[in-house]
Amino acid sequence: MDRAFADRRRRELIIAACLAALAALAPLVVKDVYVQNIMVLTLMYAALSQSWNILSGYCGQISLGHALYFGLGAYSTALLFTKFGMLPWFGMLGGGIISALIAMALGYPCFRLRGHYFVIATIVIAETALLLFQNWDWAGAALGIDIPVRRDSWLTFQFTRSKLPYFYFALALAAVAWFVTWWLEDSKWGFWWRAVKDNPDAAESLGVVVFNSKMGAAAVSAFLVAVGGGFYAQFVSYIDPESVMGFQFSLLMALPAVVGGIGTLWGPILGAVILIPLTELTRSFIGGSGRGVDLIVYGSLIVLISLARPQGLVGLFARRRTGAGA
Amino acid sequence: MGLLYGLIAVGLALIFGLMDVVNFAHGEFLMIAMYATFFLFAYFALDPLLSAPLVAAALFVFGAVAYLLIVRFAVRAKANAGMVQIFSTFGLAIVMRGLAQFFFTPDYRSVTHSWLGGKTVSVAGIFLPEPQLMGAAVSILAFGALYFFINRTDFGRALEATREDAGAVALVGIDKNRVFALGWGLGAALVGLAGAIMAIFFYVYPDVGASFALIAYVTVALGGFGSVFGAFAGGIIVGLVEATTALILPPSLKSVGIYAVYLLVVFIRPRGLFGSI
Repeated sequence: MDRAFADRRRRELIIAACLAALAALAPLVVKDVYVQNIMVLTLMYAALSQSWNILSGYCGQISLGHALYFGLGAYSTALLFTKFGMLPWFGMLGGGIISALIAMALGYPCFRLRGHYFVIATIVIAETALLLFQNWDWAGAALGIDIPVRRDSWLTFQFTRSKLPYFYFALALAAVAWFVTWWLEDSKWGFWWRAVKDNPDAAESLGVVVFNSKMGAAAVSAFLVAVGGGFYAQFVSYIDPESVMGFQFSLLMALPAVVGGIGTLWGPILGAVILIPLTELTRSFIGGSGRGVDLIVYGSLIVLISLARPQGLVGLFARRRTGAGA
Repeated sequence: MGLLYGLIAVGLALIFGLMDVVNFAHGEFLMIAMYATFFLFAYFALDPLLSAPLVAAALFVFGAVAYLLIVRFAVRAKANAGMVQIFSTFGLAIVMRGLAQFFFTPDYRSVTHSWLGGKTVSVAGIFLPEPQLMGAAVSILAFGALYFFINRTDFGRALEATREDAGAVALVGIDKNRVFALGWGLGAALVGLAGAIMAIFFYVYPDVGASFALIAYVTVALGGFGSVFGAFAGGIIVGLVEATTALILPPSLKSVGIYAVYLLVVFIRPRGLFGSI
């Protein structure tokens, strides 16, 4: 590996560490619970979008059914906790493993599909799971599950008095997702994925095991998203099929990466930092009328950004940097 | 019902076949068509059957404008073309849903009576609701007209040619943008027609499109992208599968059958039944 590249990799790691440290200090300054809530959601979406980006951005297999894995994570956590009294930590880990296995089982037939056929298959599978959960009485059917409140502790992963523990967990999750992406980007897998994305046939002929590398991307991506789902279940302490497994959620998860720049290391974070506070603020300031003004603003924004900067907002920074260096 | 699904899907397939773009706002096009039918009924007491051509014409304009304002730019994107198309049309869908909520409120509305509403006819001992029958008839007519249009008129030939090779077509002096805009208009007009008929027997509300859009995508993909005939055949299959599933499973699960058939078909034949790519 040449020197400049290694330097850049190290610099990225240092920048990320500094950003994480800054973010960790943020709650000391920001005491407002409402703002802290938005910060938790921003970090959560950054983590989810980063994970989605591994399969869809780097490997080029556009999934619009990732809500399935999020929902599985949320449901395993909630069900293990309410039905068997198992700590949420097991739920998150178990949900992650289940999701990774299911992602691989679904990948087996789905990765033969290309283009829109693949995209629609991912939507349809998630939608089928949604319908099944809505009709599954043991799992609360369409009404969902209320997670009972126990005492606040890291063991039960419940904190009623302060948002801070959730904030730090979400920060850790986003950092892990970022680090995994950073690490994979420069691994054999990362190169394979980009090759598969650019031209699967050429990649195959050059000895890239296309199928296995897609499977790997799907498993990592699904695992991380499911852990996010488990976290979300504990954070809001109420889940129902539509809110954790609906098609909307698959799109919401993909949006930060699309806005920031898909297939890039910083895209999902940048996208989440811009989009999530904006969504939450428009919703609370002008959405209160229940007349859909927030939808109009949000939708127009998506149209404008995706038309004006197809490569994502990260490109703005990259161009400036290369411009200065040249 | 299957024929109506076919009609909705044909509009989507036409747009896709023409320029490889999946319109994620297709369901919302259907929604405004249903609202237009409802308001023509509520204010002018116009029967949905009479307003159908008006609604189709209005949707034609709407589709062409949507192309010129948004999709034209999305197609030009060099980076991440697929995602840009998905999210620009999806953004449009959100805006349309928001606008519908803003202007029409989230209330459920329905066309209370129509010349056909509520009547049934008995064919060989089976009672069939007339609006659905009428929908089927209109769908077949519209599909026939479309078929004639694509195969027998100059514009239809331009459409076909543009779809085969957009670059070469420009050399012959055909304005690609005009053809695409007309294609979008036509696709929207078809969904407008479907919406007018469906307003007779479905409630109209801002999110109504979403529930049909996914079925439309599945229908098109089932028939095979790039094949207008496939979309129509896909619609009939989807309608039959839905009706059969409803007999076996609880009504809330009726879509599961459609999804299962889609997955089964593409796993066996990854380009849909009649698809060429």
